[in-house]
Amino acid sequence: MSAATIVALPDQSTARIPKMNFLTKENGLLSWLLTGDHKRIATLYLVSITFFFFIGGALAGLIRLELLTPQTTLMAADTYNKVFTMHGVIMVFFFLVPSVPATIGNFLIPMMVGAKDLALPKINLLSWYLYVIAGCMAIYTMAAGGVDTGWTFTTPLSTHYLNTHVISTGLAIFVAGFSSIFTGLNFIVTIHKMRCPGMTWFRLPLFVWSNYAASILMVLGTPVLAITLVLVVLERTMHIGVFDPAFGGDPILFQHLFWFYSHPAVYIMILPGMGVISEVVSTFSRKRVFGYTAVAFSSVAIAVFGFFVWAHHMFIMGISNYAALIFSLLTMLVAVPSAIKIFNWAFTLYKGSITFETPMLYAFGFMGLFTIGGLTGVFLGTTGTDIHLTETYFIVAHFHFVMVGGMLMAFLSGIHFWWPKWTGRMYPEKISQLAAVVTFIGFNFTFFPQFILGMLGMPRRYAAYPPEFQALNVFSTAGATILGIGYLLPIIYLTWSLKYGAIAGDNPWQATGLEWQTQSPPLTENFPETPIMDHEAYDYEWLEKMQEKEVASVG
Amino acid sequence: MSEQHQLDAQADHEHHIVSPVIYLVILLSLLVGTGLTVWASYIDLGEWHIAPGVTLFWNPVVALAIACTKMTLVVLFFMHVKYSTKLTKLTVACGLFTFLALVGMTLSDYMTRAWGRW
Amino acid sequence: MSDSTAIANGAAAEAQHEHPPYQRHHFASVEQQADTTNFAMWLFLLTEVMFFGGLFTAYLIMRNWYYPAFVEASHQLNIGWGTANTGVLIISSFTMAMGVWSAEMRRKGLLVLFLSLTFILGLAFLGIKTIEYHEKWEKHHIPGLHYSEQSFLNPASDPEVHKLYPGDQPLAPDMAAKTELYFFLYFAMTGMHALHMIIGITILGYMIYRARAGAYTTGHVTYVENFGLYWHFVDIIWIFLFPLLYLISRH
Repeated sequence: MSAATIVALPDQSTARIPKMNFLTKENGLLSWLLTGDHKRIATLYLVSITFFFFIGGALAGLIRLELLTPQTTLMAADTYNKVFTMHGVIMVFFFLVPSVPATIGNFLIPMMVGAKDLALPKINLLSWYLYVIAGCMAIYTMAAGGVDTGWTFTTPLSTHYLNTHVISTGLAIFVAGFSSIFTGLNFIVTIHKMRCPGMTWFRLPLFVWSNYAASILMVLGTPVLAITLVLVVLERTMHIGVFDPAFGGDPILFQHLFWFYSHPAVYIMILPGMGVISEVVSTFSRKRVFGYTAVAFSSVAIAVFGFFVWAHHMFIMGISNYAALIFSLLTMLVAVPSAIKIFNWAFTLYKGSITFETPMLYAFGFMGLFTIGGLTGVFLGTTGTDIHLTETYFIVAHFHFVMVGGMLMAFLSGIHFWWPKWTGRMYPEKISQLAAVVTFIGFNFTFFPQFILGMLGMPRRYAAYPPEFQALNVFSTAGATILGIGYLLPIIYLTWSLKYGAIAGDNPWQATGLEWQTQSPPLTENFPETPIMDHEAYDYEWLEKMQEKEVASVG
Repeated sequence: MSEQHQLDAQADHEHHIVSPVIYLVILLSLLVGTGLTVWASYIDLGEWHIAPGVTLFWNPVVALAIACTKMTLVVLFFMHVKYSTKLTKLTVACGLFTFLALVGMTLSDYMTRAWGRW
Repeated sequence: MSDSTAIANGAAAEAQHEHPPYQRHHFASVEQQADTTNFAMWLFLLTEVMFFGGLFTAYLIMRNWYYPAFVEASHQLNIGWGTANTGVLIISSFTMAMGVWSAEMRRKGLLVLFLSLTFILGLAFLGIKTIEYHEKWEKHHIPGLHYSEQSFLNPASDPEVHKLYPGDQPLAPDMAAKTELYFFLYFAMTGMHALHMIIGITILGYMIYRARAGAYTTGHVTYVENFGLYWHFVDIIWIFLFPLLYLISRH
């Protein structure tokens, strides 16, 4: 075994994928469409969200193409509004929110707690169907002409002044919201009630803690978005409502209700990604995560504090000065648990045996880019600077740094890390490392100039801009092209690996964690018999002892 | 196998069946509460002048207090929360807390608006 | 551990079922299943709390802004029907709780009786709501559908309400327009509540059918119990809707 990698694959000449696994247990379309198996549902989700990711990505490409020139060249301003709205709606609700929880979370959480399945398998399947129905509604909306309110549906623009497809988009997001609620509900119940013997809360992998915190946000926050969308739909149909000043309503009320969900939503998006990073950083430094308790509690703290900061999206909208003060102060507080995580990951790396396989490259990317994104959030949380920076490209850059540089990298890290467990096969390492580097470079070229553009005053959501901003915009679009290549490569080589990848074996990364102690791909019931957890999380000494006892090869 | 489940099941209300007499008492209390709240709405209960420009009217306070009491009775007895696990009680508390955060913090914006001042 | 044949043997051994037929395979015991589904129902109720929470927030703010309009508009609601409905729901909560008790005591006849009573009371609630909604339709108080502010611009033009509340002053036109907002919230909140009642009654109907077949008196009370939680929750929402919408100020 070379020192440059920890990968330990079985002898390829004799290794084979286990004949009985969750993929081969039953055959036929109905066995997939009516499955209760969380791993099959996770696979269905993976395919669906990848589909929507590429639609959202194509829309992003259109945005960047339009912004190559200061004038509106490719499309009318109204069309441009529709493009960035659909890009936001699809990326937020149909990709980022379900990305890690519904795919990797669904796949792993029962295994990580030592259970046979999630607590409510039928609800899990329902959750996927709701996602698909919502997705169809979103596609219908795009085909029918789209919606141009921005993904934030600000009233009274969305209730009164526009004649685009607000209602169908609102209903699509409503349905997708319930998909998310049911996933979160399932996770909370599973983590509380289905842990195997010996699996105490503080022996759980940190990935479980992060998803638990995100699930609390899903369950408590999403319903508020649901009722807000219902009110918007009612207002559009009945032409009377609580959000339109012409009828005595208050547009700020809409924003309060909308952001009450949409701020926790960003934590719903990032927390599971942080869970992935905890797992990956530990495995590729061969060291337990530094300060397990701190990282676990910081996840919950982010969830709790995340409920109290929503009006920092509304500083310039007309909220009272007192409210702005309180929300700004609380926003400073919520940054602390995130910072704790970064520190703890850094201390995990310190004196660890670090190797640079693809998941770890993405994890490094995450740590750097999320930190930058998070720090720029501090500028935005400070009311004084926010007045200058809000609604400019600074905000666009900020959230793309945390969501794309952060969350999407964490998602890719997780996909690569658990790919061998999921499919039984390894992805090709060299090209995947190349893709990770290309993504990182492309990302920085695309979004770093946008910080500068924002500070210089370029507003967001504008199809045309002053000519002095063109150079940076061209630079950004060039970066976007590189980024696009970086995202296309995994589709190609991951699909390739399904047939031609090396057989991975149970534990190619020599990771701790219950999911690595069983076959790849796993059995439908996950474990041949219920595991008993008798060691702490990230216990590499336990793993060494286990490997000493294991037979080196099957006779 | 499941030590945790035995611990959880200890306070499980399936082993504690609430008697119909209690249900009857709660029913009567709820009906009395309803009558009380209707009666109170016909009376002007006055107000409390806390500070110049800040007045608290007692009618809505009384109505909400009665409603909250009725809710508590339904939650504790009809929904068996009094006899449930700590987890159930914590869950109910979390729901109430988040609801109050939504209402309270939103209202704090509206209540502190004074256009032109500060 | 990766040997498929060993796993196949193990799975065959487990296939000898030693648990009640209603226990799902991923649960280790009936207690775990009951505990888990109960917790899941409570979490679902939390989502419902937050769902209605948005409506309550909107209501509180609008009522504060347009108090005179809300007072006079609420006088259009018949307090007799409202109180009756509150009583109906409270009694239905009682019968539902008694239904759960009957299931726990494994008394099928009583269970069917109490579930049926709950069902009938639920229908009664919806019937009264229909009468109230119809009344609003006749008086042109449904927002967006030929809404008329006459009763508020000139209370004398509405004798049946004016008799009860002679002290109601004519509202200025801009305040009178806000009564439509009150009714928007009234229909949104009671409509959402009624939708939950309809769903509940439908499930209840199915449960009565299953209860008569003895499905809930074998010791497996989970369905009845968890449905009871939902029913009580819908009752609690009404417990708050009633004073907020009907009892704003009747003096």
